[in-house]
Formats: sequence, C-alpha cells, structure tokens
Amino acid sequence: MLKIENLHVEVDGKPILKGITLDIAAGEVHAIMGPNGSGKSTLAYVLAGREGYEVTKGSVTYKGQNLLEMEPEVRAAEGVFLGFQYPVAIPGVSNIYFLKAALNAIRKHRGQDPLDAIDFMKLSKEKAAIVQLPDELTKRAVNDGFSGGEKKRNEIFQMAMLEPSLAVLDETDSGLDIDALRVVAQGVNALRGPERAMLVITHYQRLLDYIVPDVVHVLIDGRIVRTGDKDLAKQLEKQGYSEVRDAIQP
Amino acid sequence: MASATESIDEILRKSYDAGFVTDIEQEYAPPGLNEDIVRFISKKKEEPEWLLQWRLKAYRRWLEMSEPRWAKVSYPEIDYQDICYYAAPKSKDDAPKSLDEVDPELLATYEKLGIPLHEREVLAGVAVDAVFDSVSVATTFREKLSEVGVIFMSFSEAVQKHPELIKKYLGSVVPVSDNFFAALNSAVFSDGSVVYIPKGVRCPMELSTYFRINAAKTGQFERTLVVADEGSYVSYLEGCTAPMRDENQLHAAVVELVAHEDAQIKYSTVQNWYPGDENGKGGIYNFVTKRGLCEGARSKISWTQVETGSAITWKYPSCILKGDDSIGEFYSVALSNHRQQADTGTKMIHLGKNTKSTIISKGISAGHGQQTYRGGVKIMRGAENARNYTQCDSLLIGDQCGAHTVPYVDVRNSSSKLEHEATTSRIGEDQLFYCRQRGLSEEDAVSLIVNGFAKEVLKELPMEFAVEAQKLLGVSLEGAVG
Repeated sequence: MLKIENLHVEVDGKPILKGITLDIAAGEVHAIMGPNGSGKSTLAYVLAGREGYEVTKGSVTYKGQNLLEMEPEVRAAEGVFLGFQYPVAIPGVSNIYFLKAALNAIRKHRGQDPLDAIDFMKLSKEKAAIVQLPDELTKRAVNDGFSGGEKKRNEIFQMAMLEPSLAVLDETDSGLDIDALRVVAQGVNALRGPERAMLVITHYQRLLDYIVPDVVHVLIDGRIVRTGDKDLAKQLEKQGYSEVRDAIQP
Repeated sequence: MASATESIDEILRKSYDAGFVTDIEQEYAPPGLNEDIVRFISKKKEEPEWLLQWRLKAYRRWLEMSEPRWAKVSYPEIDYQDICYYAAPKSKDDAPKSLDEVDPELLATYEKLGIPLHEREVLAGVAVDAVFDSVSVATTFREKLSEVGVIFMSFSEAVQKHPELIKKYLGSVVPVSDNFFAALNSAVFSDGSVVYIPKGVRCPMELSTYFRINAAKTGQFERTLVVADEGSYVSYLEGCTAPMRDENQLHAAVVELVAHEDAQIKYSTVQNWYPGDENGKGGIYNFVTKRGLCEGARSKISWTQVETGSAITWKYPSCILKGDDSIGEFYSVALSNHRQQADTGTKMIHLGKNTKSTIISKGISAGHGQQTYRGGVKIMRGAENARNYTQCDSLLIGDQCGAHTVPYVDVRNSSSKLEHEATTSRIGEDQLFYCRQRGLSEEDAVSLIVNGFAKEVLKELPMEFAVEAQKLLGVSLEGAVG
C-alpha cells in the first residue's frame, strides 16, 4: 500500500526527517511513537502533501504511484486521509455541507456519480453513529467552537465518510479524556479492515491500548530507531524515550 | 506560506464572464455636459416642463459642487465633458411591443447574463424590467402586477403615465443637492424603474431590474423609486453587469425608497459591474446614492447588497428612521480583488422613538484590493430607546490587500443602546490545506471559505438570487464554484 524509502525532508532548510524507510501493507496498522520534535507530524504532512515541506531525498510510493507528485486533493481522492492533530475551523460552513462537497469531489475523481441529498444523509447518520457524534454537531460549522474531543471525533467521522485506503492519524489522542479516547479508538477500530492501512502517530502508549497496532516504530531525531510489535510500545512507556535514545547513541 | 500565497494569487487571476459587447446600433448624445444636453435628454424622453426645470435646477447646483474626496479610493480626475450622457438602442423609435420584437442580439445578451426573460421566469416568479443602457427594453409580468394595483415600469413611462407619483416622490428622499453625484444624476438621469405598491398589498412576486452598460464611454445614470404605501410589502432586486472595456465608465445612480406606515421594503442588489483587469485598467466607477425613508410608524427597510464588481465603489445605502418603531437593516458583502477599491457602508439615522437598526457588513479583500467599511449611526434627540447593532467583519486573502473600518457614531439621546463588533481574519494556509486534504480543489476551498464567511448576509437574499450571489462570489475569486 505505502512504501517509504530513505525519505529526507527539510523545513526552511533545516533537516527534519533523515532517512525514513517504512512499508505498510493493506490491512496493517502501524504506530509511530516518538518524543516531541522527532518529526512525527512532519511525516504526516509530507504524506498528505502540505506545502513548505521539501523532500530532498528518497521516495514515497502509494498503490504503485509516486505519491509525492500528486496535489493534496488528488492524494485525498486516491484515498489518503489525514486525521489532523489540530483540526481547522471553517466558520459559516456546515459540517455536513463541507463533507458532502468533499465526498462528491472524491467520487467525481473516481468516476462515480455524486450522492444525492437523501443518500448522503443516510450515509452520514450511519457513520456518525460510529463515533457517537450528535446530530447537532454535524450541522454546526466545521470545527467552529467544537471542544477538543468533538474535533477529534469529527475527524474520525470524516474518515468514516470518506472511506480512505490509507489513514494517517496524527496524535488523535491528544487533548482527549479517557472516555473520549475510548470512543475515538472504537471508531478507528470499526474502520479497520483488510483493504485499509493505518498509520497511527502518537506520543503516548495509552492510545495503543485501545488501537492495538501490528507494528510499532520509534521515531527519534528524524530516524526510525526501533521497530517491533505492540510490546515495544509498552516497553517504551516504562523506559521512556531517553533510554532508547541513549541506547542508540552511546 | 509564500507558495500558498502564490497559488491563491493564481486563482484570483480569473476572467470576467460578462465581458462581451453587444454589436447593435446605438444612438448617442454628443459627449459633454451643458444645459443643451440636459434639454436634449428631457426632450428625447418627451418629459413635461416641470421635470425639465427640475433637471436644470439640479444641473445648476451640480456646477457649484465639487466631487467628494473623503472616501478611501483613488482614481484619476474624471473629465465630465468627455462622457456621453445618453445612449439608446436605435430601434427605440419603433419600440418593441412584445419580447418577439426585441432585437435577438439583445435577448442573447440577456441570455448570456442568465436573466430569465422567458418561461424560466414564470417558474421563478420574477418580473424583470431590463434596462439596456438608457432605455427600458422589456417589462414583463406587468399585467399580473397591475391586477393588484402594483405599478412597475420604466421611469420614462411612469413620468408619462403617473406624473403625480413622480412629482410627489422624486427627490423627496435624496434631494437634488444632496451630493455631487446625486446632483449629476438628477440632471441627466436617463431611465430606471418605478415601483408603487398600493395600501395593504403584498407584492405577489419579486421585482427585479437588470442594468447593463453596453455602449463605450457612456455614463449610466439610472434612477429608481420604490414607494410602499401603508401596510404593503415588496421585495426588489437589481443586478448589474457591464462589458469589458479599457477605459473607465461612470455609473452614478440614485435609488429612493419610501415606506409608509406598516410597510416593508426589501431591496437587494447583486452588483457585478466590470471591475477592470488585474492591473486596474478599465472598470466601472460606481458612485451611487441609495437612501430609504421609513416614513410611517412600524415601517421597515432592509438593504442587502452583494458587491463584487466595479473598479471603484462609493456607496452607502442608508435609512432614515422617521416613523416610531421603524426598522432599518443593512446586510452587505463586498469583494475587492485585483486593483478594485470599495468604500462602502451605510448610514442609519434614528429620528423616531423605539427605532431599531442592524448593520452586518462583510468585506472580502484579495489581490491588491482595498476595502473600507464606512458606517454612520446617528441617534437624534427625539429617538427614545433607539437600538443599533453593528457588526463588520473583514476577510483578507493574500498579503497585498487591505481592509479598513471607519464607524461614525453620533448619539444625542441617552436612552439609546448601541453595539459594535468588528473582526478581521485571513484565509489561512491551514484552512486551505484542510479542505484540500479532504478532496476539495484549491478553488473550491476558497469559494467554500468565502461563502461561509458571507453566509449571514447571503441568507438575507431572496432564494433565487442567493444561489446566483454565491456563484458570483466564487466566480469573482476563481472561475469555478463548488
């Protein structure tokens, strides 16, 4: 599904990612853990195509295509979804209108007819239930005045609506209390499937108790320093990142 | 951020869709302005002597006045002797009696503008009085309206058929000497629309006039008069476009509204005059005086405007709240892109007791556009318990445009309550990226964000036109709308 090879990325001339190699197959959930400033969010943005991130070396192949050459909206239409760490508010634009525009833009790209209002509402009711998103929230302006938990639930709701092939979830757990975390994690788990790959980026092991990953990577200073199974996350939780850092940089 | 700004700039370099010229024979007055021209226009329109004298009085006052320069707009000096003050399609002498007789090319022009002159309009319930340059070409639905006693016709026709109405109300809200451009208009106005709604009648359909400047180097000076008698209601919409020309054209209109006791007038404008090219060459100078008088108790006047065109906009639709418990409203979306300059806002003058006014202004600046909200709220001594709420929000797109807010408040009655809110925001790279990550193109994203910003105002427009305005905002910013 996704093949990242020796990826180097600079922001404002400063190297952030220094040779990432990663291979995620369909049906797999990978977690990337790392301390602040290790380059986790940079990786998420590069995959989604945000401007200002310069790839200086390496390649990213998605479903056999060069992902880096695609515009952000083309990546979205091809099935790349980014769950934002800080979802953005769009005042005056209702959540449901926004999603309908997005979904139909993606359907158009795939050569499908746009969903009509009735089918769309039916779909959105069904998907909103996955993250227990109240009806009222789907009608409010996108993320405008949403609480932290509501924003994150809304991200997962959008993911459920857009049905991506590759979901990159950037610190989806940040700012969530334990109940909200459980709801969001359940939402994510409901969307796991053999056709879908996920890259879960997190600072804490906590989220991985609920979303159990197939593979865990530890990202420190722009490099993946350890790769293992879900136990690696637990081990990390006990030892802390500094110990890992010391272990690899004696 | 730098590259995001660049791509926004690219989007903003859209083309003007209504920029075509209709090739039909025109009849002109020689350029320049003097008493002979005023007489020429009056004679062409076969006007009564009193109207000619009224025009001449205005002309003489105009000579003594000077162009206002307080607005935050800059433009080269206008040579008033280089402008044609009258132009009409030549076929005027054998004027069309039905749509079938209207020059097909003219109809095609309206077609391109999307004006529904045929069946579509029946469905939409819109009656259109189309003003092509100076002469009203086709008035539809008049019969249906006359059944309920509504008068809706061109100004020239109203002068002939309802002189008492014109005599009573012309200049009653905007006197000839009100300002430089109003005086100029009063001297040379060529046509426009007149609406009268009799007592207790709710006008059965939206009334609409499309103005279009076609001839090169002509000024268009139309005059609109809407009178709503006691307990009546009318919703009126004007839409405006002009073809693309290199030289600037002058548009100085006057609109007067009078609402009697318990009457309501809803006046909506979608203005899309040619804004000039991206370097500021060409475009309409839009200097318009619009004012409504809430004459009777519990009357209400509501202005809604969507201003996307014109090189320069100088326009302050205002309300004089004379009747007790009368209400004035102003909802505005103004967009300035490229080198457009807009100095627009409103004046609410509270005279009566318990009068209420609401001002919602949304300014959008892009490219090198400059945008000023200029608003005045005046509470006079007798206006016990007057209320005003003002909200003006500015949205900036890119980093070379400007937004300015100039509110004036003059309160002479201490029982009044006034609120003012203002915000300025910028379409962020983060908003754009968020939309694009969800699959929307950059153009659609800008359109979506701008329409969200303007929503409070757009929802005030009549349904049929809200869609059009929404599209226009999109087109003015990019070329496609999602």
